[in-house]
Formats: sequence, C-alpha cells, structure tokens
Amino acid sequence: MDFLIMNAMGFPILSALIFLPLAGALILLCIPGDTAAKNWTMLVTVVTALVSLPLYWNFDVTTAQYQFGEHASWISALDINYTLGLDGISLLLVLMTTLLMPLCVLGSWKYIDKRVKEFMICLLLMETSMLGVFMALDFILFYLLWEAMLIPMYLLIAVWGGPRKVYASTKFFLYTLAGSVLLLVAIIGLYLDQGTFSIPTLMGQDYSTTFQVVVFLAFFLAFAIKVPMFPFHTWLPAAHVEAPTAGSVILASVLLKMGTYGFLRFCLPITPEATIMFIPYILWLSVIGILYGGFTALAQQDMKKLIAYSSVGHMGFVTLGIFVLNQQGIEGALLQMINHGITTGALFFCVGMIYERTHSRELDKAAGVGKYMPIYVTFLAFFSLSSLAFPGTNSFVGEFLILVGGFANNKIVAACAIPGAVLAAAYMFRMLQRVVWGRPVNPDHSALSDLNIREMVTLAPLLFFVFWIGLSPEPFLGVMHASVSHLIEQVGFSPDGAVSVAKLMIP
Amino acid sequence: MKLMLFAPELVLLLGSLILFLVSTGKVGGKKARSLTLGLALVNVLVCFACLRQEGFLFFEAYRIDFFSQLIKLVISMGFSVVLLFSTELKGIDDEVRPEYYLFLTLSTLGLVMLVSCVELLTMFIALELSSYSLYLLVPMRDDRTGLRMQMESAIKYILFGVVATGIMLFGMSYLFGLTGTTYLVELLPRLHQMMGNPAALIAIVMVLGGFFFKLAVFPFHSWVPDVYQGASNETTAFIASVPKVAAVAMLIRLTALATPEGHAIVTLLIVLSVCSMFYGNLVALVQTDIKRMLGFSGIAHAGYVLLGLVTMQEVGYATSLYYIVGYLVMNLAGFLVICKVSEHGENLAVDDLSGLHKRSPLLALTLAVSMFAMAGIPPFVGFMGKFMLLTGAYKAGHLPLVILAAINTAISIYYYLSVVRVTYSASPEDRPAVVVGGVTKAVSVALVMIIIAMGLLPDQLLLLATDAVRAIL
Repeated sequence: MDFLIMNAMGFPILSALIFLPLAGALILLCIPGDTAAKNWTMLVTVVTALVSLPLYWNFDVTTAQYQFGEHASWISALDINYTLGLDGISLLLVLMTTLLMPLCVLGSWKYIDKRVKEFMICLLLMETSMLGVFMALDFILFYLLWEAMLIPMYLLIAVWGGPRKVYASTKFFLYTLAGSVLLLVAIIGLYLDQGTFSIPTLMGQDYSTTFQVVVFLAFFLAFAIKVPMFPFHTWLPAAHVEAPTAGSVILASVLLKMGTYGFLRFCLPITPEATIMFIPYILWLSVIGILYGGFTALAQQDMKKLIAYSSVGHMGFVTLGIFVLNQQGIEGALLQMINHGITTGALFFCVGMIYERTHSRELDKAAGVGKYMPIYVTFLAFFSLSSLAFPGTNSFVGEFLILVGGFANNKIVAACAIPGAVLAAAYMFRMLQRVVWGRPVNPDHSALSDLNIREMVTLAPLLFFVFWIGLSPEPFLGVMHASVSHLIEQVGFSPDGAVSVAKLMIP
Repeated sequence: MKLMLFAPELVLLLGSLILFLVSTGKVGGKKARSLTLGLALVNVLVCFACLRQEGFLFFEAYRIDFFSQLIKLVISMGFSVVLLFSTELKGIDDEVRPEYYLFLTLSTLGLVMLVSCVELLTMFIALELSSYSLYLLVPMRDDRTGLRMQMESAIKYILFGVVATGIMLFGMSYLFGLTGTTYLVELLPRLHQMMGNPAALIAIVMVLGGFFFKLAVFPFHSWVPDVYQGASNETTAFIASVPKVAAVAMLIRLTALATPEGHAIVTLLIVLSVCSMFYGNLVALVQTDIKRMLGFSGIAHAGYVLLGLVTMQEVGYATSLYYIVGYLVMNLAGFLVICKVSEHGENLAVDDLSGLHKRSPLLALTLAVSMFAMAGIPPFVGFMGKFMLLTGAYKAGHLPLVILAAINTAISIYYYLSVVRVTYSASPEDRPAVVVGGVTKAVSVALVMIIIAMGLLPDQLLLLATDAVRAIL
C-alpha cells in the first residue's frame, strides 16, 4: 500500500463524492413533482461540487502518490478491493466532472419537459459512475463503474433523444460495449499474470513483450473507441446529435475523457514497451483524426454535428499529446482534456439554447440571430475562440504545449497536425459568421428572446474557466507535474522530453 | 430434534394436504392463493430457522447439511416470489385454481426434498414428484386466445421428461450394478476405483442427464421453447427459475462424485456448455415471442453455469451456485413484468412491450434491469456471476472455453438490448396503463434491489455458497 496515501481529512471524501449522487438518486425516487425533482438534483450536484473543492486545497502537489486513499476488502474470494485514490492525472478530471454536473442540470431545466424525474436520476447515476471511474484504483471497481455508466447514458439518448434516438443509442451501446469486453479480457489476463486487481501494483511490472502487446491492443481498442479515435469514431456524431443537451455535454466533456484517461492510467504505465512499439501508428492515427475531424466539421450544416466532428479533431490533439511521451505533451494533453470538457460542453449548451428557441440546429435557420441575441452571441464568440485555440483562452495553452511536445518528439507528425488548428479556425469562424451576421434564409428571428438569467448562470462559470486557464494555467498545470514526471519515468523516458521515439524503438 | 431436520418439508407436506382437502370443496382461487402464500412464507421462515441443521434421516438416505438447507431456503423464496406476483393468475381458469396451487406446492416439495437426497432412489422419487406436478400444471392453462398450445406442450414435456427419467434410471441401475449400492457415500469410493471403467462413466453421465433435462442443457433442452410458450405465464415463471436451482445443486453433488479423476466428465461438460451457449444465444436472436426468447436465453445461461462445474473445484461450484441464484432473481424479475403486462394471460411478443415505459415506469425499469443483468452488464448480478465464472474457468486452464463464453455474452447483448430498446421506444398506438398492485410494486423493487446488491456485494453470498459446497465435498 506504499503507493497510497490514506485519507487524513477526517471523513472519507472520495467515497462521499461517489455515493452522494447515488444517494441523491435513491431519495429522488421518492420525491414527487417535476420542479421538486429539478431542485433536488440541483442541490445534490451543488453539494457534490462543494464537497469536491477541498480536494484541490488539500492536494499535495509534490508527490506522485495516490492521495485521499481509501481501502476496504470487497470480494475476498478473488482479492478484489474497494480502493480509491487521486493523483495529479485524475484530480482535475474529478473536479471538472463535479463542476459540470450542476450546469447540466441547469441546462436541462427547460429542455427536458417529459419524465423529468427519471432524467435527473440518470444524470445522478452518471455522476456517480464517472467520478468513480476517475478514482478507482482496483480494476474490477473501475470496470464496474466504467460499464455501469453505459446504462444511464443509453437511456438518456434512447428516451430523451432526437428522432433517430433508437439507432443512435443502440449504436453507442454496442460499440462501447464491444470495446469494453476486450478491456475485461485484458484485465483478467493481467490478474492471472500477477494475481491482483490493484492498478498501482500492476504498473511497472515485468511482463513479457508478447503479453504486453496483447494487453496493450485490448486496452487500446477499448479506449480508442471511447475517445473516439479515427476510425472508431462513427458512433459519436450519431450519439451527439440525438442526445439531449445535457447528454451531449456529459458525453463530450467527461465520457470521451475516460478513453484518454485510460491511455494515461493503464496503457502507458502497465504496458510501456508495447506502447513505445505502437507509438508511430498512434501518432499518425491522431493526426488523421485531427485533419479528418476538421474537414468533416467544415462541411456540416447541423451545428451539433459540427461540434461533434470538431471533438474528433480535438481529441486527436489529446492523443497526440499523450503519445509523444514527454512532459509538455502529456501535460498539454491533460490540460486539453479539461479544456475540451469546458469549451465543448459550453458549445453544446449554446446549441441547445438555440434549439430551444428555433427548434432547429441548422446553421441556415439560426443565421442572423446575433442581431436579436447579443448576449448569446457574445458567449458563443468567446467559446468559439476558445475552441479554435485563440491565444488568451484555455485551449491555446493546451494545444501549444501539445505541439511543443510534438515537435520535441517527431517534427513531421507535429507539422502535419498544425493544419488542424487552421481548420478549427475555419469551421468555427464559419459557424460564428453565419450565426452572428448571417442572413436568415426564411425564419424571422425578431421574436427570439435573449438569454435569461438561468442560461447566463449556466455559461458564465465555463467562460470564467476559459479565461482563468487561458491567462494563468499554472494552478492547473502545477497539480500535474509530479504525477506526469512519475508516469514518464515509469514508461522509461527521461522527463526532459527531447528523446526521439525512433531511438527507443525496440529492434 | 429430528423434527427440526424435516421441518421445511413437513410444512410443505402438511400444506399440500390442506390444499388437497380445500381443492375437493368449493373454495375460490383467492382463498387458495392466500392459503398457499401464507404457507410459502411460513416455509421461508422455517427454512431460515433450520439453516444450520445437520443430520441424517430415513436410514441415511436423506442428508441435511448447510448446502441442502441453503438451497431449500432459496427454493422456498423463489416459490414465494412467484406466488406474490401472480396475484390475478390470469392464465388459469378459476375452477382449477385450488388444484393449481396444490400442484405448485407439491412441485416445490419435490424440489426441496431433492436437494437433501443422497441415495439414488430417493433422488429419483423426489425428482419425479416435482416433475409430475409440473407436467400437470402446464395443461391447466385456460387459453382464451385460442392458441390451443398447452396440450401439445404438456405432451412434449411429459414425453421428453419421461425419456430423460428413463435415461437417468438406466444410469442409476448401472451404478447399482457396478457398485452394489445406491448410497452416494458408498458409491463414491467404489466409483473412484473404477473410474477407468467406461461403464462407470456412462452411468454417471446418464444420471447427470436427468438434471441436465431440468436445467435445460443442450441437447436436453428441446422441451423448453414449447413448454415456455404453452404454459401460462405464471407457470412458466416457476418452471423457468425454481427447478433450475435444484438442478444445479444436484449437478454439483453428482459431479463432486467424479472428482478428482473426472477428465472425461469435464470434457463432456465443456462440450455441453459450449453447445448450450451457442445454441441458446443464436436461436434467441430470432425469437419474437418473449417467453420463447427467455427460454432460449435460459439454455445459454445453463451453459454458463456449467463453466463453474468444469473447474471441479470448490470455488467453481460456489460460483455456479451463486450464478444460478442470481439467475433465479433476474429471471423472476423478467417474468414478473411479463405476467403483469399480459392483460388476459396471453403470450407476449417482444413488440407488445413497446411504450411500456409510459404504461408503467416501474415495470419498464424492472424489465430493463433484468435484461441488463442477464446480459452481464455491471453493476448487476449477471456481470459479477459471469466474471467469476470466467475467471474461475480461466484459472482452471480452460482458455478456449472462456473465449467462447465471452463471444456468447457479446451475442446475447443484442437481443437483451432489443427488449430494453422496445420497452423505451414509443408505442404505435396508445395502450392503457398497466395497473400494478402495492405488493407487486414492492416485489419488483425488492428484486431490482437484490439484483444490484448481489452484483455489488457478492462476497458474503459467495462465502455462504463456499461454506455450503464445503459441506458436501
């Protein structure tokens, strides 16, 4: 247990975070009335967010060990334990999740008008499993929560989704489940090799190369589908377009991050040799994803589809950053995971707000709303700038670090990724130009009301983070340093980063 | 204190006698139901009280140990749950309801006795007591839809059942001929000495056949789809879940006989397991009648259960036991929904469930949980069960089997998911809401809770099952 610093805060804060939403969902079962359900969910998510804040203040940035640890025996017959802990890689993801959830509730306030209570229960169950995934240090616990999330998400799309919800939800479910089955096989393989499900114990063990390759490929497919990397992305646009706003936000902001989190948490430290072997292919896949996502986004008429495809590009940057395997790259990737959560989440909220008013997400139909909704377009403009990595916004810092890391590792790959940033500017400005100044094709927008207080409250915190991270990223990068250095050491790379992958290739 | 040893059986026996007297008079189905329900609940309490009893009865032909007592408790609970949710008993004509309850109780009595039997003939009698009662229950269906399937199903059930019984009896006679005894305790050492003898192997396999029939393992499954379809929903709920627990218990008792030199038996179990999984899952994919679909999925689940047996180890047996108890709960939850949604006791097509989430959110949720659990998705019991079965088989060195089982799990997800999808999709025409009574609501909530709790906290149950298995090894 030397990898785990036990929790000394006086109360089990991580368990509290996992079980608060769950308890909230159970109590919600007995609460009648739609408004009461919304208020209650709001309360639960806000309390969860408040409970999560002390994690940041009490986090020890000098160590790479897992902190706030909790450990209990769970299934003794197979040595499965209930082990929780946070390090610099998972801390910010947990905080982002808890902070996004109240906004998701706010964003669904008017949007969801049928079966409100069930919707809120699904949201709370999602929160429980998402937080658990980022905290779990036991593979079975991790897998349980990872899979459990599928069910509420499936229901979110299948019940509250758009016209093709059945198709989208089934595709989402089967795709991700297919990946997860491979994950389970890898987990069982590791267990039989080492006799434990403890994630930290499994890291840095001496596995044979063949074994590593098999485990790595199983891991990689499971996570690549979740990210989703090109060519495993086909479930994503359908799921995004059909999901209700809050579903899209959760999907983009948190669910996709679970894939990249899996790369960082499992692929790199458990199967380092295999990782290094496959790096060239993964880097090129990332670049293809960046370019493909950019070009496809450029061709979209549906705003939600546009943002969905842009996610494929953005996540390409994240995987690029992870697999260049140096300090800047991985820190940039981690920061970009948070940034993408904030920015894309906000953009989906923006699209949802337009949809609530015009019942359309077509760029043409939304064209010209800027004249009547000045506050809305102000928000939209800032989030668009953030999405295309404008200097001063959060994504700039992330993409910059990733590209710096990329150039240190492989100049050709990094150079090929740069057009992706240009493409992002193209599709974002295209959308912005249409929505703000465009000529409406047929509808008259003069009756549209601008954002109300609730909607502004939904977007404002996200905008605040866009600028906070953009102007002063140090508080966010600071918590990752130690863990990322440790991670790079585990893979066997020197943390200064200027090491070419080609030299480390196994002959 | 001998009375305590036999108390669960006595309660059911006395209950059957009372029900017999009742059925000769002019008593309505309602009173008979209350009587049976009261009896079943008393029986659960008695089973609980007798949980730690140990001893022998009837010239040592009847053994009371923790294993048998635990399974008796599970069987009694399953029986009570079926009674609790079949409030209206829509599929059975009012005139024969008292008899219906009588035979249901008798069948339970047979199953409860079966798990204590350690002598071949006693085993045979107990099994037949339970089977014949079930043969009678199937044609009792009052078929208002005019499908007239129940007679055909009943005849198929009896014919296949009789053949299975015949095979089993044949195997028993072989065992007796080889060893000169019908007591398992004496059989065990003598059989070990002649494990190389093919006759001994054939004999054991034939005896196992009787229980494969109950568990619906391929190729002993052929009664399943027709009986499921032809019997009333409530009867099917019972047939599909409760006897299977007893069957697994007996399979464990008998395969334990063949340990540790039972390589041939292991091979046989592997073949049967693979065939069951593939046959069940592939055929289930194309079913439109939900009971038939559950029937075929049940064949697949029987295949999964065998994964625990092939390990020939204590832990493997315990997992099989855990899995079948989990299956009992998931299956009962699914059948509860079918019984309630079916308006006049007719069979349901999968499409009839469309829009169920509007007609009854609770039932839709129960069905979804049951389906997700059977598909083996966390955090439900089906996942934990499959996970432990696979890990156990993997550890015992049956890697190809594990891979085949994993492929099957993936196949099965498709049809389970399609049920959930239909449940939560809009229905073409608006149907009336499903009215569910308070008791049924409580039962369905309880089943959902148990499915989740067993999935999240399997440890205690597994320890209990291991304790139980240790009692017979």
